[in-house]
Amino acid sequence: MCMGVPARVVERGDFDAWVDVMGSRMRVGIIFVPEVRVGDYVIVHAGQAMSVISEEHAKASMEAWRLIADAGDS
Amino acid sequence: MREILEQCSDPVLGRKLLDRIRKLAEEYKDRTGREPAFMEVCGSHTMALARTGIKALLRGHVKLISGPGCPVCVTDQKDIDAMIQLADGDGRILCTFGDMMRVPGSRRSLMEAKAEGADIRPVYSPDDALKIAAGNPDKEVIFLGIGFETTIPVLAATLKAAKERGMDNFSMWMTTKLVEPVLRVLLESKEVRLDGLILPGHVSIVIGRKGYRYLTEEYGMPGVISGFEPVQILAGIHRLLELVLAGRAEIVNEYSGVVREEGNIRAQQLMERYLEPVDEAWRGIGVIPKSGLDIRPEYAHLNAKRRFSIKVEEPRKTKCRCGEIIRGVATPPECPLFGKACTPARPIGPCMVSSEGSCAAHYHYMEAGDGS
Repeated sequence: MCMGVPARVVERGDFDAWVDVMGSRMRVGIIFVPEVRVGDYVIVHAGQAMSVISEEHAKASMEAWRLIADAGDS
Repeated sequence: MREILEQCSDPVLGRKLLDRIRKLAEEYKDRTGREPAFMEVCGSHTMALARTGIKALLRGHVKLISGPGCPVCVTDQKDIDAMIQLADGDGRILCTFGDMMRVPGSRRSLMEAKAEGADIRPVYSPDDALKIAAGNPDKEVIFLGIGFETTIPVLAATLKAAKERGMDNFSMWMTTKLVEPVLRVLLESKEVRLDGLILPGHVSIVIGRKGYRYLTEEYGMPGVISGFEPVQILAGIHRLLELVLAGRAEIVNEYSGVVREEGNIRAQQLMERYLEPVDEAWRGIGVIPKSGLDIRPEYAHLNAKRRFSIKVEEPRKTKCRCGEIIRGVATPPECPLFGKACTPARPIGPCMVSSEGSCAAHYHYMEAGDGS
């Protein structure tokens, strides 16, 4: 039930935003992430955006994981 | 960004991480003579571990134990019965997350109550319940507010909206649960030997990495905050193995794209403003002091427990072992009902009903490989 899905913000108002979730558009609340901007990715849970995904951090994590994985090839 | 999200399910990367995990697990086994044992305390992790095959692929290498992470499953039977009984009154519309619909009550489920004529509506968001209340001013609309810290701020936001809109036909019946009190009970009971915890990614959005300090400071227990895609979970397990092998009791955030050190302060503030800690009864565990949140007295008009008088009898006893499964003491196949009297089509306990329940995960994804 704590599942959250990544969604891309396509339009925002003061208290809510339209997001694209795998091709479907839905409206979500943004009271927990008022800093969100159009183009950002958010984690949506039960109709509210709970967190703005940091591309920088997500990318750094992925790079670190690839290094771990590739260490096994050598 | 899309590319990074897609890489979280990259099978080649996943396979390599799996090999690395097995290697570290062997190292641990050589050193200690046993498998490392990790517990996940999030129903979404339970389901993801089963669905992706990770749990089965790590069998014999890493013991993955499901803990109390499914909100429907951990809710005490008496509370389930009380919520179902709410459907009995005239002029009421009961709104609920879909997971609750088929959970067996002592007498009937919400689904059965609906079939008998009660107005029960599964909704995606509690905000949908507010819309239903606005469209039905002559009816009492009650939302069944269950969930852990991920969901609780959303419930608090709904209370805020109901108050600001002056809605007098909307209320919420809350039985929410907090992660920290139940983890403390589990770790203090020492019923299950654990080497580390896979920590719930979305609860962590709200409470932050700092919300787990007690694990290392008071229990010496390492943990990794993990996302839910295969590569994220495997990377989390790998990091946990590294910590355990190095003897380091640390909390590592492997979901830092989403989870911040301090959590979501706005969500914490909203919870604090509308809700207060209360004792909650957990299935198979009993009452844990201050292990849930309920509506503060100043917003009592939004509290369904104050508006409606519900009296429930002692629940019907069954041979269901959900209570032990939630604590990680038993696995689904160890329940005499599992897969025989209790199936997803005819569930007896909530762990078989919920889309995040251990028994449902095991039944759908683990049976062919006999994996416990």
